[in-house]
Amino acid sequence: MSIYMTCFWAILKREILRFFHQRSRLFSALVRPLLWLVVFAAGFRSALGISIMPPYESYILYQEYIVPGLCAMIILFNSMQTSLSMVYDREMGSMKVLLMSPISRSFLLFCKLIAAACLSLLQVVIFLLLANLVDVDIPWWGFIYAIPSIFLSAFFLGALGLMLSNFIKQLENFAGVMNFVIFPMFFLSSALYPLWKIQESSLWLYWICQYNPFTYCVEMIRFALYGQTNINASIIIISCVIVSGSLAVASFKPRKI
Amino acid sequence: MGHWREVSIMSIVINNIDFMYRNKRALADLSCTLVPGFNVLLGPNGAGKSTLLNLLTAQRPLQRGTINFDGVDIEKTPRQIMQQLGVVFQQTTLDLDLSVFQNLTYFGALHGIKARVVLERITPVLTQLGLIERLHDTVRDLNEGHRRRVEIARCMIHQPRYLLLDEATVGLDVDSRKLIIEHIRLLAQQQAMTILWTTHLLDEVQEDDPLYILNHGQLIAQGKCKALLSEHQQDSVFDLYRWLTQPQGLV
Repeated sequence: MSIYMTCFWAILKREILRFFHQRSRLFSALVRPLLWLVVFAAGFRSALGISIMPPYESYILYQEYIVPGLCAMIILFNSMQTSLSMVYDREMGSMKVLLMSPISRSFLLFCKLIAAACLSLLQVVIFLLLANLVDVDIPWWGFIYAIPSIFLSAFFLGALGLMLSNFIKQLENFAGVMNFVIFPMFFLSSALYPLWKIQESSLWLYWICQYNPFTYCVEMIRFALYGQTNINASIIIISCVIVSGSLAVASFKPRKI
Repeated sequence: MGHWREVSIMSIVINNIDFMYRNKRALADLSCTLVPGFNVLLGPNGAGKSTLLNLLTAQRPLQRGTINFDGVDIEKTPRQIMQQLGVVFQQTTLDLDLSVFQNLTYFGALHGIKARVVLERITPVLTQLGLIERLHDTVRDLNEGHRRRVEIARCMIHQPRYLLLDEATVGLDVDSRKLIIEHIRLLAQQQAMTILWTTHLLDEVQEDDPLYILNHGQLIAQGKCKALLSEHQQDSVFDLYRWLTQPQGLV
């Protein structure tokens, strides 16, 4: 095994071990979307009708509609949690250990992003298994087909989180990330309502959602869960992965600001 | 201030470095040469010791001057130097949620060393430091002294030629301090490493140690401790330190 592979497996293993040591993290990662699915979606089930639209071939229940958005929400939260963990590492000094490695910094950060994406994937799979218990019918092969979409979205949002970590001075600033990044990205997307429905009520809101890359994460996952490919969304997210990945590595600040 | 010794193999040559944090000068025109053995960098809190360590470990870029490890410029090839450099930072850098073994193998892997080799290398060190029994304990369960010992074992995994320790014994009890400093002195002796021991604890300095005294970012004295004592006509390291670092009227 090459020095790079040894390093990659070590970073992946560390992130997984840390994740399972912080059991509340897995718990909260699952409780949040499940509450949305069971409480919010049930409440709006009768109020919001979803007409036939791709990738759905028939009328669907609202809770089925929001599942891809909730998958993307899990990824978004996990990615921001990763950015928080970078700030934690910087504050606690363990970032120095990483930077003392003779292996290139960009490769180390790439490994961190892959590890974060793997954790997102794991959480989404567990959520989808639980979602199947509450009247959400996603074909089993949809799980497999969605893996690349989930992974790409996780990589993109992880890189975004990494860039954000440059601007977070202290752990306490995470509330700001919640208010100014996570919530706007989530609510101003097609996660909760289809874009045509948003267009009906507000045109400027529709355009904001159109330009929000998170919308394309949601749509890419939505199509993939039903064995289809949304070419437009995939191209946009792949471009976002390349741009945000490069910017995250280039702008990475290992020290306290 | 000129270098007091000639450059030799495995030396660290620091040449005219300056460093500023926004408007505050942390290091001013600092030059010295660290040679194989146990070198002590002494200075009060805020003297610039940690800043110097950060520059020596490429954690911060140089603003002026050069640092060479055995002729290799840290600015040009930092990765090559990292392979040869073991560091214990002032702040604990262990992952509290992982076990001692997981922390050590993680560090080893970051240097491309497999877990089996890590275990082979650290077993004698951990035995010597009295920690082998706690190999699978979570770091969170260890006291500060034990955490420091783990960090010292960790910095030896990749068999470095240079060792930098930033206030490695601060806050530890007498026994832990004694064990750690004796272990490091033994390494300097047996493995002919170049060690920079940074401290503000005067009782850690011995008469034969090459001593560097830093105050307000400036190197105000460098030389063998014994030679500095006689040069400044002082009886002890404490007197010498006070003589050099405090305004003369207060001494």
